Amino acid sequence: MEEEIEIKKISDVVWEIPKSGNMKVPCRIFASENLLEKMKQDRTLIQGKNVAFLPGIYKYSMIMPDGHSGYGFPIGGVAALDYENGGISPGGIGYDINCGVRLLRSDLTKEDVKPKIKELLDKLLEYCPAGLGSSNIKVDPEQINDILDKGAKWAVENGYGNEDDLKHSEEYGCMEQADSKQVSDLARKRGKKQIATLGSGNHFLEIQYVDKIFDEKTAKAFGIEKEGQVMFMIHCGSRGLGHQVCSDYLREMEHTFPEIVKGLSDRELIYAPSGSDMFKKYFKAMCAAANFAWCNRHVLGHQTRLAVKDVLGGAKLETVYDVAHNIAKVEEHDIDGEIKKVLVHRKGATRAFGPKRKEIPEDYREVGQPIILPGSMGTSSYILVGTDEGMETTFGSTAHGAGRVMSRHEAIKTFRGEKVVKDLETKGIHVKGVSWKGIAEEASEAYKDVDEVVKVSHDAGIGKLVVRLKPLGVVKG
Amino acid sequence: MKYEYLPHTADVKFKSYGKTLEEAFSNAALALTEVITDYNKVEAKVEKTIEIESEDEKALLYDFLEQFIVLLDSESFLLNSIKELNIKKGKKLKLKAIIIGDTEIDKYKTETHIKAVTYQEMEIKKENSKYMLQVVLDL
Repeated sequence: MEEEIEIKKISDVVWEIPKSGNMKVPCRIFASENLLEKMKQDRTLIQGKNVAFLPGIYKYSMIMPDGHSGYGFPIGGVAALDYENGGISPGGIGYDINCGVRLLRSDLTKEDVKPKIKELLDKLLEYCPAGLGSSNIKVDPEQINDILDKGAKWAVENGYGNEDDLKHSEEYGCMEQADSKQVSDLARKRGKKQIATLGSGNHFLEIQYVDKIFDEKTAKAFGIEKEGQVMFMIHCGSRGLGHQVCSDYLREMEHTFPEIVKGLSDRELIYAPSGSDMFKKYFKAMCAAANFAWCNRHVLGHQTRLAVKDVLGGAKLETVYDVAHNIAKVEEHDIDGEIKKVLVHRKGATRAFGPKRKEIPEDYREVGQPIILPGSMGTSSYILVGTDEGMETTFGSTAHGAGRVMSRHEAIKTFRGEKVVKDLETKGIHVKGVSWKGIAEEASEAYKDVDEVVKVSHDAGIGKLVVRLKPLGVVKG
Repeated sequence: MKYEYLPHTADVKFKSYGKTLEEAFSNAALALTEVITDYNKVEAKVEKTIEIESEDEKALLYDFLEQFIVLLDSESFLLNSIKELNIKKGKKLKLKAIIIGDTEIDKYKTETHIKAVTYQEMEIKKENSKYMLQVVLDL
C-alpha cells in the first residue's frame, strides 16, 4: 500500500472510505472482511478513492465484491455522474467496451452431453475461434458500419440467431445512440477479422449444467426448471475494435482537455465534461463498440447452436440473457427522493436492475433482471437476480465475476497448463485451449473465491442467488 | 538485462532497460511481443516504418507500443526485431522506427493477445546513466 486509507465498517458486507482531499463523495466497498483484505493488497482502494473526485458524482464511488486493480477506475468500479453536469470517462468503461456474458439454456441434460464432450469442445473451437484466431465470418467495411450502428439486429437481418435472442439481451442487442462515423478507420481495421471470435485473456465459452436452484420461482421465469439442465455461457467483448475506440478517445481527450489532465491523479481518469463535443462523440463511439460486442456474442450464440447440431443433432438453445459489464449507460435513478438522469459507469460490474424497470425484458419484469456471474476456470458460475434494494444502494449494480488475486506472471510460475487440464479432467471438467501458458494464467487458484463474491452480493441485497451452475467443459480463449 | 516481468494482479507489468531512451523503447517493444509469441522464432521478412508524434515521453511510449497491437490486429504483423529507432525531442516528441517481422502469423505459436497499453503505473526514469521504463499491459 502506498498510503494508509481510513476504512469505516458500515455492516458485515459494506465498508466506507470517508471523504478526504479532493473526493466529492465517500467511497463504498461491498465486500466481506476477507475480500476487503485482498483489495488492500493492490491499488483497488486508491483507485476507488480517485474516482470520487469526478464531476457530478452522486452518493458514492463504489467497489463491487470482486474489485481489483484496474486503470483509472478499479475493476468492479461503479460511479453515477450527473448527465448535465458530469462527464464521461473512457477509463470508467474499460478498453474492452461491452465485455460481457451471454447465457443460453438448452433442453439437453448433462447425461446427453457427457459422452460427446470432447467432440463438442473441438467443434465449438472450430466454430468460435479463440486466441489470435481469425473469424469464420467475413465482413466488408460497409457491413462493419452496419454492425456498429445496428448491433445484434444486423446479425438477425443476416441470418444469424433470431428475434427472441434480441429480446433477451440488455438493450435488445443494440444501443440506438451509436454512430459508426465516430469510430476511427484504425478501430475498424482491427475489428474486421474478429466478428464471432472469443479472443484471449479470461474469455471463454463454457458448457455447464444446473447444479442447484436456490429460488425456484425466479429460475422458472428464466426458463430453468431442473437440475442437470445444460447451459452454454459465452464471455467476450468488442475485441480490437473496442480496445482501439477506448484508446483513440483517451488520447484525444488528453489533447482536447490539457487543463483537466493537469489536475488528474491518474491519466486514465481523463473525462470529457457533459455538454462538450467530445462527450457526445465518445458516447456515440462507445455505443457503436458496444453494438459490435453484442453482435459478436449474438453470432457466437448462433455458432454454438451449429456446433451442438453437428455433434448432438437436434437440440433447442435459447438465450436466457446477455449482460454487459464494461459500459456507461444513461439511466434514471431515484436519488434522495428525486428522479435524476445520470450516466452510470460500470467497469467490471454488472447492471442488476430490480423488478418493474422498463429496461428489463417483459417476461422477466416481474422478478427482476437476470445477472450472469461467471466463475473462474473449473469453478461454479451463478445466475442472480436484481433487487429493489440494489436500485437504492448501487444504482442497480453488482459484481461481474470472481476477480483475480494472483498475477498472470505468478500463475505461470506456479502452475503448469498441462497439469491444470489433467487435474480438472479428474473432476470431470474438460478444457480445450489454444495455449498451455494461457491455461496456466487462468488457473482457478489465481482468482478470488466466486462463492464468496456471490455470497456478499446476496447478503448485501444487490443481486440475489437464483441458480448455481457447474462446468462440464471449457473452450478457453 | 533487456527487460523483466513483474507481478501485477490482473495484467502484465514489465520493466525495460537501455543505455539510451531509444534502446529502452526498443526493449519495451520486445517485452510486449514476448507476451504474444517468441519473437526469436519470427522470421525477419517484412520491414515497416513507424512514425509518431506525442506530447510527452509517457504518451510517446503509450503511442509507440500501441502500434504493435494495431499492426498485429490489422496486418497480422509479428515483430522480430527493431532495426532502427530515433527519438527527437522538441515541443513535441517525434519517434521514427524501422521494424522487422513477419505477417504470416499462422506459422507461429501464439500464446495470448493484448487488449491495450495503459498508463497505469507507467514510469520513465533515468538512473545511473541507464533508462528504465515500466509499463502495464491490459490483457
